[in-house]
Amino acid sequence: MTVEFPALTLILIFPALGVLYNLFLGYRTGRGAVSFVGPAVMFVAFAVASWAFYEIMVMPPGSVLTYSVWGWIEAGNFHTSIGLRIDALSAVMTMIVTGVGALIHLYSVGYMAHDEDFARYFTYLNLFALSMLILVLADNLLLMFVGWEGVGLCSYLLIAFWYTNPQFAYNGRKAFIVNRIGDAGFLLGMFTLIWALSQHGAWSLDFLTLKARASDIASTTLVGTTAATVAALLLFLGATGKSAQIPLYVWLPDAMVGPTPVSALIHAATMVTAGVYMIARLNFLFVLAPAALMVVATIGAVTAFFAATIALVQPDIKKVLAYSTISQLGYMFLGVGSASFAAGIFHVMTHAFFKGLLFLCAGSVIHALEGEQDMNKMGALRTKLPITFWTMLIATLAISAVPPFSGYFSKDLILEAAYESGHTALWILGVITAGLTSFYMFRLIFMTFFGESRVDHEKEHHIHESPPSMAIPLIALAVLSSVGGWVGLPEGLAWGDAFARFLAPVVGDFKPLVVGNPAMLSLVATSLGGIGIIVAYLFYIRLPGLPVILAWRLKGAHQLLLNKWYIDELYNFFVTRPLFWFSNTILNRGVDHYAIDGAVNGAGLTVETTGEAVRRVESGNVQHYAFVYLLGVLGVVAYYIYLVIH
Amino acid sequence: MSHALTLITFIPLIGAAVILALPATMTPIYKWIAAISTVPQLIIAVWLYVRFDTTTTAVQFAEHAPWMASYHINYFMGVDGISISMVLLTALICFISVFASFSVSRAEKGYYALLLMLDTGMMGVFVSLDFFLFYIFWEVMLLPMYFLIGIWGGPRREYAAIKFFLYTLLGSVLILLAMLGLYYYGPTPTFDMTQLAANASGYSVSFQRIVWIALFIGFAIKIPAFPFHTWLPDAHVEAPTAISVILAGVLLKMGTYGILRVNFAILPAASHQLAWFFLGVIGAINIVYGAMCAMAQTDYKKLIAYSSISHMGYVMLGAASFTAAGINGAVLQMFNHGTITAMLFILVGVIYDRAHHRDIGGFGGLAQQMPVYAGMTGFAFFAGMGLPGMSAFISEVLVLIGAWQTHPILTIFAAATAILTAGYLLWTYQRIYLGPFNEKYKAFPDLSFREAFCLVPLAVIVLILGVYPHAILGLLNTSLVHLNQVVLAAPATAVAMLH
Repeated sequence: MTVEFPALTLILIFPALGVLYNLFLGYRTGRGAVSFVGPAVMFVAFAVASWAFYEIMVMPPGSVLTYSVWGWIEAGNFHTSIGLRIDALSAVMTMIVTGVGALIHLYSVGYMAHDEDFARYFTYLNLFALSMLILVLADNLLLMFVGWEGVGLCSYLLIAFWYTNPQFAYNGRKAFIVNRIGDAGFLLGMFTLIWALSQHGAWSLDFLTLKARASDIASTTLVGTTAATVAALLLFLGATGKSAQIPLYVWLPDAMVGPTPVSALIHAATMVTAGVYMIARLNFLFVLAPAALMVVATIGAVTAFFAATIALVQPDIKKVLAYSTISQLGYMFLGVGSASFAAGIFHVMTHAFFKGLLFLCAGSVIHALEGEQDMNKMGALRTKLPITFWTMLIATLAISAVPPFSGYFSKDLILEAAYESGHTALWILGVITAGLTSFYMFRLIFMTFFGESRVDHEKEHHIHESPPSMAIPLIALAVLSSVGGWVGLPEGLAWGDAFARFLAPVVGDFKPLVVGNPAMLSLVATSLGGIGIIVAYLFYIRLPGLPVILAWRLKGAHQLLLNKWYIDELYNFFVTRPLFWFSNTILNRGVDHYAIDGAVNGAGLTVETTGEAVRRVESGNVQHYAFVYLLGVLGVVAYYIYLVIH
Repeated sequence: MSHALTLITFIPLIGAAVILALPATMTPIYKWIAAISTVPQLIIAVWLYVRFDTTTTAVQFAEHAPWMASYHINYFMGVDGISISMVLLTALICFISVFASFSVSRAEKGYYALLLMLDTGMMGVFVSLDFFLFYIFWEVMLLPMYFLIGIWGGPRREYAAIKFFLYTLLGSVLILLAMLGLYYYGPTPTFDMTQLAANASGYSVSFQRIVWIALFIGFAIKIPAFPFHTWLPDAHVEAPTAISVILAGVLLKMGTYGILRVNFAILPAASHQLAWFFLGVIGAINIVYGAMCAMAQTDYKKLIAYSSISHMGYVMLGAASFTAAGINGAVLQMFNHGTITAMLFILVGVIYDRAHHRDIGGFGGLAQQMPVYAGMTGFAFFAGMGLPGMSAFISEVLVLIGAWQTHPILTIFAAATAILTAGYLLWTYQRIYLGPFNEKYKAFPDLSFREAFCLVPLAVIVLILGVYPHAILGLLNTSLVHLNQVVLAAPATAVAMLH
């Protein structure tokens, strides 16, 4: 059932109003008004989203709410419109974006309270929400790309929010450029789809048309494979940028210099999951491109493992969480790559809860310690920051997939799907990563909240729990991190996997290729997670000297991980520097200056001597020249008038 | 208004005559006369826009009168979907450039008179449908530009002006020869462009090719296409702000406009054969080469000049795609590039007026001192990067969609250049506006009302065309789809001729 639902525009209009208000009036009306308007527009958007979600729930399965705003681009055969669409998939995403978004907007009021550029911050944050909602609600791929690049813009603006620090400005720029590499892939993927459809007489990027014509795309051959595979791989390149996967993940850890609520909202809960959403949205295309799906699953599993290894040794609390995010995103791609799109989106949701919460808790710790992010200078904060401690512990249990916390159900579903798709090797990687995850997360908890205090002496006295505007979002997200996974229980238990059933009309059912024993699979993963916790306990509570000794004994490996496998350095050496050398030395100096201009100046030997003539003109009477010239032009006009008259 | 096109072309000339007729002591009012002279032009342009029939390929608002009958030269003006958007752009940019000129303080009488003559020349080029008349206006434009750079320019203005002049003169000579060739060797001697287009099948293919290449070089110099581009960075660096605005905003478009109006419409068979290289490959080279050279610049204005070269490459590539999407994108890109680059040059002028230098490395942290200026620059930079939601995104995507159909490899280079563009623009932004504030500049005021008055209308247009591109695309589509079909259908005619 398709229902016209004009109220969908309200979900965009309210954040847009927030942007306009904060941009043009925010500085004049002051902090109080901005603190109200910034979060309020998000809560209203959340209310409208809930209404739409309710409509979808009560309508028959497979129903959609649509609203077409206007025709957007019409050129020759190519048509695309600005149209919005809510089905089960976008309903879930809209709820996450507006719900978690509203909480983080609220948290920001407290976190940014002392910042001079309060209005600018909320301008960007509202603009981000607007872009993300365009991405989610778009009914065609080109409009989705508007949101896709829009969130990238906001990410840039917010990473470089404290722009007077050149390093922060650099990191923002790095994020945008790396994302642009992915975006070029996204664009070419779209063009490939248009090209393939045009071969069959259609020129459209509507999801409906694409779905109806998916078999046409899959039957069009291109460079030795099908257009579906080429397009899927190119689009996935876009996803590796936005969702920080190998090889384009390098921007995300550097993005942590932005304000911490930004890390929670953009770089954990919402924007970085856009790639997963895009693949789930285009599930009909990806299932017809098994080779591309295989690439997605492999990249996902390898990224999950790789990023987890780096997270093991990082001393910066936000860096640990950043690599953890990359790792968890890897799980989501393993899920969608195993053709279990519902599992991937399920993890998007639970991850939004627990990782959003982890970042907000980290923010609370950093706020309490006046900007300190090094875990070597924390410790024993458990009693001083009780709300932060307990909520963060819940989030940690969730990400470590301890039942019955939310992360357990979603991660379990992904690993099961990986196994049952026949990706045994990837399943093993995923299970090992589960062990690494609970190790590095409990390392974080133990180093921050347990043991002896290593806090700087002068900061020790100022430690304070966060204000209510920050504590409320923590508690709300803690509740969601605890029970949010229960919408997707294992089959046969109570209401079973209601989440997957809800999404099935959009993303299809998961069809296992290999039969596994879900209980067995779950037990293996959960046991490894448990071992991770125990090892972390041994290392950081019982035998605190052990990590130091290990780091010293395994110096090479430790350095490799601490320096993030030297990937940034490799990129710099093999890509950035050669590019600058080529443009400076070869093109600008060599070709432009010496070759072309050399030839031009040689040919025009007279240039210098003629220059003398101009100098005389200049010293002479300009008006005279202009006048003579005008006379000539007027003469021509006069002649014309003469001819017309006669 | 049956003489709308005559009026829109010659009203600025009247302004110029008034300025010259006034005594030399009236310096404060020249600029206001110039401003007033551009207003009717803008009003007529809007009137044309409203009255333009978007459903026909026919010439509209035509004015036809015999001129030099023995040579079949007529005073023939008219607009269609190929030119209407350029008429709008010219009226808009000329209006804004007068206000952007207010910082000029030397020999204002001559400056504003020449500026208005330049305006007439440019407008005339876009409304002329008689090749001879077109050529006259093309030349009328040349001299004012030469003087405006050579007299009101920066330290190396003489070199830049002469370079501009020689390059353009070479182009003019080639266009003149091509025009005379078409006149003498056609089935019936005529300068009427619609007639010449109807005669297209009357020329042998080899003749078409020679004429096509001569015309191409003539127009390519204006675009400017690689390797005829080196006059542009010098001209921009030396030209006063408003002249750069006109140069990038309008003048460059004449090159690509000429290619569509003359090469495509009159020589479709040769276009079909040659465009893949001369427009496709060279267009892609423009895109990549311009962006890479921009990366290497240390002068703010030179960097924008090279980025301009890069962005004009999209126009060429779109035209070479021979798809409706590509050619629509190409002409829309001409319009969008006009508005965005005009903004960029005004923004460079803002800081040059205050700091008297343009060394990118010599600034830093200006966002603290001039937040509105920094915000506006950020807006223009992201517009230049083709960020979705802004106008250039639509045109670049249409160009690439079209080009992907016929030139996939070139399209990969063009699409990948979006990365470089983001790279050099953001790097520039960081060096000038972000980072620690350079205390040397703490006396700088933020955007003045006049500067904002020049920038805001352009910014609004950039945003509107990002979400509602139909406002311009609607004008273009019918004519351009037709033109594209003419070119696509051409080889059949050409082959028939050979037999």
